[in-house]
Amino acid sequence: MDLHFHGPDATLTERSVVDSVLGLPPSEGPGGLRITRDEGHHSLVQRSKLLPAFHAVQNRFGWIPPGAMDYICRRLSVPPAEAHGVASFYHMFTLKSTPPTVVHVCDDVACRIKGSEGLCTELQHALGAEGWKRSPCLGQCERAPAALVVRAGETPSATSVAPANSQSLLAARAADLPASADTRESIRASVPQFGSDNLRLLSRVGRVNPCSLEAYQASGGYSALTKGILQGPEAVIAEVMASKLMGRGGAAFPTGRKWEAVAKAPARPHYVVCNADESEPGTFKDRVLMEGDPFAVIEGMTIAGLATGSEQGYLYIRGEYPQATERLKHALEAARAAHLLGPKILGSSFSFDIELRSGAGAYICGEETALFNSIEGKRGEPRNKPPFPVHVGLFGKPTVINNVETLVNIPQILALGGEAYSRIGTAGSAGPKLFCVSGHVTRPGVYEVDFGITLGQLIQQAGGVAGGKAIRAVLLGGAAGSFVGPDQLNIPLSFEGTRAAGASLGSGVVLVFDESVDLADILLRIAAFFRDESCGQCVPCRVGTVRQEELLHRLRSGKPMRSYADELELLKEIGQVMRDASICGLGQAASNAVESAFATLNPMPKVAQIR
Amino acid sequence: MSDDSLWFRPPPRPSHPPIAPTPVETPRVEISIDGQAVAVPDTATILDACRSIGIDTPTLCYLETLTPVNVCRVCVVEVKGSRTLVPACSRRVEPGMEIQTNSPRVQLSRKMVLEFLGSSVDLSTAPTALEYSSRYGANAGRYGPAKEAALAGERDAREPGHHHPPGSLHAETVAQPVKIDNNLYVRDYSKCILCYKCVEACGTDAQNTFAIAVAGRGFDARISTEDNIPLPDSACVYCGNCIGVCPTGALMFKSEYDLRQRGEWDEARQTKTDTICPYCGVGCTLSLHVQDNQIVKVTSPLDVEVTHGNLCIKGRFGYGFVQGGDPDKE
Ligand SMILES: Cc1cc2nc3c(=O)[nH]c(=O)nc-3n(C[C@H](O)[C@H](O)[C@H](O)COP(=O)(O)O)c2cc1C
Ligand code: SF4
Ligand code: SF4
Ligand code: SF4
Ligand code: FES
Ligand code: FES
Repeated sequence: MDLHFHGPDATLTERSVVDSVLGLPPSEGPGGLRITRDEGHHSLVQRSKLLPAFHAVQNRFGWIPPGAMDYICRRLSVPPAEAHGVASFYHMFTLKSTPPTVVHVCDDVACRIKGSEGLCTELQHALGAEGWKRSPCLGQCERAPAALVVRAGETPSATSVAPANSQSLLAARAADLPASADTRESIRASVPQFGSDNLRLLSRVGRVNPCSLEAYQASGGYSALTKGILQGPEAVIAEVMASKLMGRGGAAFPTGRKWEAVAKAPARPHYVVCNADESEPGTFKDRVLMEGDPFAVIEGMTIAGLATGSEQGYLYIRGEYPQATERLKHALEAARAAHLLGPKILGSSFSFDIELRSGAGAYICGEETALFNSIEGKRGEPRNKPPFPVHVGLFGKPTVINNVETLVNIPQILALGGEAYSRIGTAGSAGPKLFCVSGHVTRPGVYEVDFGITLGQLIQQAGGVAGGKAIRAVLLGGAAGSFVGPDQLNIPLSFEGTRAAGASLGSGVVLVFDESVDLADILLRIAAFFRDESCGQCVPCRVGTVRQEELLHRLRSGKPMRSYADELELLKEIGQVMRDASICGLGQAASNAVESAFATLNPMPKVAQIR
Repeated sequence: MSDDSLWFRPPPRPSHPPIAPTPVETPRVEISIDGQAVAVPDTATILDACRSIGIDTPTLCYLETLTPVNVCRVCVVEVKGSRTLVPACSRRVEPGMEIQTNSPRVQLSRKMVLEFLGSSVDLSTAPTALEYSSRYGANAGRYGPAKEAALAGERDAREPGHHHPPGSLHAETVAQPVKIDNNLYVRDYSKCILCYKCVEACGTDAQNTFAIAVAGRGFDARISTEDNIPLPDSACVYCGNCIGVCPTGALMFKSEYDLRQRGEWDEARQTKTDTICPYCGVGCTLSLHVQDNQIVKVTSPLDVEVTHGNLCIKGRFGYGFVQGGDPDKE
């Protein structure tokens, strides 16, 4: 296959930036390199360097100039039209010249009720349209309103600012904030339970230096891996089965069964993927774990590798998490240096390594098969299932993919024993669970509780509603979850308890709205979120999310087409086709929150309902 | 190199003539469709199974010669035990599957998919989609009057991640000016249902040219050359295989487009004649569509073993000599 290029030649700087990721080209004839394309495993792995190359160029220039784009395509044998399709999928990549510093302001639900719109207005005044951008949830909801300052250049930087105001943002924009080496102090603010003795998952966060492997080991770290290596893969899987651990990424699938399926899959190689894309609005638990206890994530992944016969892991982290990315990079290097990653770990015959991959702004890449495609250098479009990832996953090979929190439970399980672990929590939901409590509560943050505590108890633990106001609604499980009303605070927070109430735990979001909130505005933001984040592949979701938003807009502005009842009927049908006929969970869940609000909370202004 | 190099020693002749391998009997799977028991090969899709007993299942993104992408969702059926509906075109049959092809859920989803398309895309040259729409009672008008069309290039420049909230009470559409940048075919993406067929035909399923791909995200997703450059600057080799698979007329011969613009396109006056392409030894089958003694477009039947409906620029567009003129100057 001959590729066709049209752009200007890459400048020397552009080439060297790309080469810094891809290595020097083997030869450089006038027409560039000989292009060959075969769909063998090797070339698939080669193509997977596409996003890392885009990131390098974006970080250096603030956008992806056409010359650099062509050069990347030549080096990786990717047709330019495809590469354009990939880059234009991710909102952190820019294809037109942009100022080097851009402030990404979260205007999603948790930040919205903490003044993000005002922040946007101020930034528009101060910076004009080019200097800032709106962003969906940045995963800092406990410190809303949040922003991310991204600066391109020779020493690129990305800094989360939360809570943000226009002064702090303009200051962060002007100067590099010193990245503190040890974040124990600052992260405590995100863990209101800090200092409590009965924490398992959060025990090290804010207490043990996340930059020190020695400190991690001194606090019991890596004893689980040691034990696992002694016991062997089958025994590890047996423990995980016995623990009844279910995935914490949203789908609540039994982890042990996933691992066993991959371990038994005949095709090779096997892969382990850690899903750290955490982009569900209202979710920030994985960030806190990665920033506060990065080695635990790595140890969990390594044990997954051991159990499933994998030698290579990928950790896919969302691009908006600079601090967590730094922590993990450092932790990976430290673990490698101590032979806790790489060949023959702890002197055994088990070899395993982990590659860190950054997302580039796309909620859908948290969906497991979209995530594989993204690692593979493709558009983050979910694949149709079956086949499931345990059979056909990353690079078409058997793959176990787990959420960060799921993996952090693994060392706990090996330490306690699966059976003992399974007795924590309720009959149907074993273990400790992290909840992301935010919105109008006195002490927002990540809370670790045993499954089974009621929603009301958790909100009480977070200090109740700030200012003594009444609760209007709680968004449970994130934008893909559902609203519950103040009369449902006795819902037990467990998989079975929420299911019985017609809700779901999702990613552990508990976003509390007091009576001052305009629920219609929140619903419109959620509808806009799904429209923005739909990958666009399938009709029910691509068009349905647009029609849903338009309909809500009509109701909110008091101008229903035909009657209010007709609109509700239409809303239902839109919801049903999205739920029934969409390819993936995004479209299937895109009407959950909206429909649940209409079911019990009467979210629209009165005027809409008269006509 | 010595004398006994390969060169001088042809392989021995076979002792007996080669025989064709006996075809393997594929195991059959028993399923039920709308209550009727059916046995089909285990490699069959639900769509194959439906077709085998004469159940007409609507499809838009599916084509026999392309890898199923299962994105349009108009073919969904209900399978017992499945939480969601499943796409018939790509799902393999499994033993004991109980399938409903006409349940209220199936009908609603098909109707809604067609309404979604009808309310956002110009289906005026997509007879199949129109026929399905009336079959399922789709009423695309339910979503309000269409918003005004985007300006040229506007949709191609949209960035993922944020849109302006709907300011008017109109339904968003993909309407935009038609792209005419060469004399052979036009791209009218107001008519594009994003079925991915053209991308597949241009890519690994047929042409391996990769001139076009899907770009952007969500409702702004679109078919695009790299950086949205005009076709003549792109990798396109004008094989027209994308036109051949496009189900909506979004990709159209310039000759057909011009006739339609002048109001002179009339399929009732057309004849279709199959012949063999005279240019090279492959000998592709050409179907010449002729109106008023002029070739107005060239297609190729899908069921031709060797080429599966694909042609190259010569067979597709090089018919000017038949008419004693250059197709560029009609
Ligand atoms: C639209 C969408 C977004 C998702 N985002 C995430 C995410 O950010 N993090 C995550 O762990 N799982 C996410 N998931 C769930 C994953 O597909 C998958 O179920 C999960 O990573 C499996 O890990 P677990 O078994 O440990 O939960 C998402 C699913 C969907 C449909
Ligand atoms: S449901 Fe939405 S996000 Fe999922 S595949 Fe379809 S269009 Fe993409
Ligand atoms: S004419 Fe051929 S090469 Fe050009 S875009 Fe269509 S399929 Fe690709
Ligand atoms: S141009 Fe035609 S073939 Fe291509 S995606 Fe659109 S409708 Fe499908
Ligand atoms: S950081 Fe703004 S909503 Fe989560
Ligand atoms: S024909 Fe099956 S999804 Fe399009």
